[in-house]
Amino acid sequence: MRDFSYLRADSVEAARNAAALPGAMLLAGGTTLVDLAKCGVAEPSTVIDVSHIEGLNAIDVNSDRAIIGALAKMSHVADHAAVKSQFPAVSEALWQAASAQLRNMATIGGNLMQRTRCPYFRDPANFPACNKRAPGSGCSAIGGITRGHAVLGTSEACIATYPGDLAIALVAFDAEVDLGERRLKIEDFFLAPGATAEQEHDIRPGEIITAIEIPGSAAARRSTYLKVRDRQSYEFAAASAAIGLELEADGRTIRDIRVALGGVATKPWRARSVEDALKGKALDEASVRKASELAMEGAVDHGANHYKIALAPRVIARAILKLGETA
Amino acid sequence: MTVHDMKHAASDSARLEAVGGRLSRVDGPAKITGKAHYAFEQQLEGLTHAVLVSATIAAGKVIGIDTRAAETAPGVLAVLTPDTIMVLKGASDWLGNPPAQPTYNPLAREVTFSGQHIAAVVAETFEQAVAAAALVKVSYDETPAIVDLSDGTDGIPIEAMTKEWGNAEAAFAAAPVRVCAAYNTPREFQAAMEPHGLIARWQGDELTIWEPSQWVDGMARTYAEWFGVPFENVRLVSPYIGGGFGSKALALAHSAVAAAAAKMLGRPVKLVLNRPQNFTSYGGRAATRQTVAIGADKAGRIQSIVHRGVNETAVDGMWVEPLGSVTAIMYATPNFSSKQNVVRVNTVVPGAKRAPGENPSAFGIECAIDELAYELGIDPLEMRLINYAEQDPQVKKPWSTRQLREAFAAGAEAFGWAKRSPAPHSMRDGRQLVGWGVAAGTYPVRRAYGEAMVKILADGSVEVESSSIDMGQGTYTILAQTAAETLGVPVEQVTVKLGDSLLARAGVTGGSRLAGVMTGAVYKAASQALDELVGLALSDPRSPFHGLQANTLAVKDGRIASPRGEGPELSIAELMGMLGRERIEAKGDTVPAGFTPEQRYNNYTTIAMALPHTEGDYSRHSWCAHFVEVRVDEDFGTVRVSRVVSALDSGRLYNPKLAESQWKGGIIMGIGQALLEEGIVDRRHGRIVNGNFADYMLPTNADIPDIQTISVGIPDPHSSALGGKGVGELGIVGVAPAIANAVFHATGKRVRDLPITLEKLI
Ligand SMILES: Cc1cc2nc3c(=O)[nH]c(=O)nc-3n(C[C@H](O)[C@H](O)[C@H](O)COP(=O)(O)OP(=O)(O)OC[C@H]3O[C@@H](n4cnc5c(N)ncnc54)[C@H](O)[C@@H]3O)c2cc1C
Ligand code: SF4
Repeated sequence: MRDFSYLRADSVEAARNAAALPGAMLLAGGTTLVDLAKCGVAEPSTVIDVSHIEGLNAIDVNSDRAIIGALAKMSHVADHAAVKSQFPAVSEALWQAASAQLRNMATIGGNLMQRTRCPYFRDPANFPACNKRAPGSGCSAIGGITRGHAVLGTSEACIATYPGDLAIALVAFDAEVDLGERRLKIEDFFLAPGATAEQEHDIRPGEIITAIEIPGSAAARRSTYLKVRDRQSYEFAAASAAIGLELEADGRTIRDIRVALGGVATKPWRARSVEDALKGKALDEASVRKASELAMEGAVDHGANHYKIALAPRVIARAILKLGETA
Repeated sequence: MTVHDMKHAASDSARLEAVGGRLSRVDGPAKITGKAHYAFEQQLEGLTHAVLVSATIAAGKVIGIDTRAAETAPGVLAVLTPDTIMVLKGASDWLGNPPAQPTYNPLAREVTFSGQHIAAVVAETFEQAVAAAALVKVSYDETPAIVDLSDGTDGIPIEAMTKEWGNAEAAFAAAPVRVCAAYNTPREFQAAMEPHGLIARWQGDELTIWEPSQWVDGMARTYAEWFGVPFENVRLVSPYIGGGFGSKALALAHSAVAAAAAKMLGRPVKLVLNRPQNFTSYGGRAATRQTVAIGADKAGRIQSIVHRGVNETAVDGMWVEPLGSVTAIMYATPNFSSKQNVVRVNTVVPGAKRAPGENPSAFGIECAIDELAYELGIDPLEMRLINYAEQDPQVKKPWSTRQLREAFAAGAEAFGWAKRSPAPHSMRDGRQLVGWGVAAGTYPVRRAYGEAMVKILADGSVEVESSSIDMGQGTYTILAQTAAETLGVPVEQVTVKLGDSLLARAGVTGGSRLAGVMTGAVYKAASQALDELVGLALSDPRSPFHGLQANTLAVKDGRIASPRGEGPELSIAELMGMLGRERIEAKGDTVPAGFTPEQRYNNYTTIAMALPHTEGDYSRHSWCAHFVEVRVDEDFGTVRVSRVVSALDSGRLYNPKLAESQWKGGIIMGIGQALLEEGIVDRRHGRIVNGNFADYMLPTNADIPDIQTISVGIPDPHSSALGGKGVGELGIVGVAPAIANAVFHATGKRVRDLPITLEKLI
């Protein structure tokens, strides 16, 4: 950890100005930033503490939409009664993330900006090659330990998995991120690595996230987040799915369905092919399982992560089936 | 040093103080309220901070260390390299063998593992030291590394591990029913919450070390030898230990660096390993491979066991993980052969982790016997009873006590084993496949000699002193109970001081021996102190008991009276006042009478004097049986342990509450071993890539079901003075095979490589 200057921003405006300084990084809950600084990955020259800005932690939910301030804590959003009733998948994604202690510190804005758990990315002293950290230096993961790496959206430059849970639910329900001057669909906010693995978000110097907005829908109201991992708690997903389901009045024909995947792709992954295959069809186990396979079209494994190709469709299918049972 | 609230601990019920009472941990409240100060939390005047620079290659030579930028960085006091650190003397090993080399340099020029310490930066603040350490540039001449067991040859045979009787190979070949399979366990780590580290301070040629330690006297010896000062000049202080699990018994390279830096700078130095360094600076459990072949007759009676094991060790150090230890004693067999090799790989020397040897050994034999049971269609529990060893099959001596049959019966009853559906893949709950598994475990009773000081003070309070330690297993508590019972005083009047090499000496806290050793020593010392008090009370003219026609006095609840009630009844404080005594103190020990001072020193500072568990007429072991239920998701392959019932024979329990807590801790660690724990090595770099607490998976509360433990032990007079056997390590032994066996029962898939992660089942 090298020396840095500390600046406390009391307004969004002040934070934006400071964030435009070269080498500046925002500090919200600090659970990613401090961790990465200890690993030697983040080396900010200025740390801008935004955690005291007033009014950025509001949670405002009605049946049309939810607006969640960037400084709202993960635990508060997860426990929010209206979030639970209007957007159950959002609440479930949050409470299955990290640990209780982390959720009490971590903010929604910081959560969207969390970095990959690729072990090579996190250990610059021992693994200098990492395109995400040092563009052009190569990728230490390819040919190495890849059990946690992505099978979708990878490139020759980088195969790192997007680790978060919340964004999977957000991408399923077409949420938008508010950057002040600009508003972006969550799907566009996250970038697949391509040849520029270092660019993970469409966010420019001087921009900060002020809020996210999630449109309400019948599918969002009947939604769930299923997270599969070896350890029951406090582990990133081996594979996860955020699903929303709306049935016709007959109680079995699918009118609307949302499918997004976590733990298997380089960015929060919307599986539209699965949605398209199921819309208008009757909800039965065989067709759900078959359609879920479509999510893995184009999947590429790197050996130890091969299991994800088998696992992810099962996670999708089981989440859909679970929603189908809870009429 | 002790800030224990004895009132709180004793408040649960009446006879808690007696040995065998369920007294709560007396150190618990101090720990929970933050009053317990751990070793390197000491605040010292002029403290400096050292940070290590570690090797980023697994094998090769250091050809240059550029320290210029670090030396001029803010706050830096010294940058130590192999060339500039003071050279130490070689120290004897834990067996007391003299050093292989006359000198010792804790910083390496020849790199034999990734993470080895190359240099150290000392600065005024920790942050300055961290920043400057990042500026040290090391260049290497890298050579190919041997990464793990699969790289090597067959390795080096360890002849001392060979155990053979009958003609095992021929009997196996001739057996009508045979199973043979390979079982692997990965590199695992102790993963204690409290990292390794220390503060070292020199005053003249006297060295004080504050360091978490499972063995203050053994480590003090090492420091004394490194620096060529008398043993008495080294004081090692370790009041509390935030988990050791076998890793904190030795002074290590980083310890030497800190002590040398303190000497060179003339200022106290604090050095704490960061989390990744805790995975590379000392050894975890070695990765192991075993093949177990069992031949049996059609009735399931074992005819032969052929066992071959191999564990990894280091290029520059030897660690043998005794893989045949349980194999050789668990079942009766007329023919047996076990042999073991080690393979040198580029790793830090592996070390002891809870039940070294017995733990992986049980994984092999207890899975293999399960495979044999399914092969024959015999209930796995029945299979174990058919082959019950009525005496130690290896040394052919009777067991001191072996309540394993009782453990099987009690565990099966509580678990409901009789309701088991025999076929694999035949029990389910929705989309969860349900499986039941059983396995046995054992751990030898290790015995040694100990010493304790007991003081009766003027106010009637009692102090117990020992250099032994409490790493959470309950030494503070059971020694207070032992002194309270022996002296007849309420436990609240007893204070226990531990973990300081100035106190009465003790050997290593490892191998589940400490409780047996120390309760014996405290009993001895307390009895002597009591004898002296009673003697004075009867003989001193100032005593109201003087002239009484009694030849002894009784003490109960801190009050002293004649056994038949004639004469006065006084509190100990009143009596001490009348006698005009400030204190009565007695140092008691269990050391054999003829021991020379040299032998006594070696008894406390090496493990060479420990008694073999098969010494004399008996073979002494603790035993257990674990019954486990798992649920395996049929789609995801995720395994959750939903029920554990374990019946354990640790002999007499000095404190059942603490024993249960130890057993459960072991069982929980076993669940982690079975399902989660694995040091993952990048084969190209020979480096652990998950050396941190987010990526090295340990079970969370959510992974642990309700665990029922049942004590089936009886006092074992051959194992310890008060009849206890071992507790701390026993619980983990057999848990992983019980879970693997349950997973087979649930799924029909036999996973022989730990941990049982989801991709092995989908
Ligand atoms: C051990 C561990 C386990 C975890 N497990 C999970 C898990 O299972 N699932 C999961 O989803 N997450 C997990 N996390 C990640 C955790 O959710 C994030 O660390 C947390 O949400 C980050 O929020 P923060 O407020 O602490 O961010 P900070 O650390 O303060 O900031 C993180 C980054 O975001 C930037 N930033 C912060 N606020 C803004 C803003 N308003 N606008 C623009 N940029 C901003 C900062 O500059 C910084 O780069 C885990 C983290 C740890 C350490
Ligand atoms: S996968 Fe991406 S983050 Fe990981 S080492 Fe390769 S480039 Fe870096």
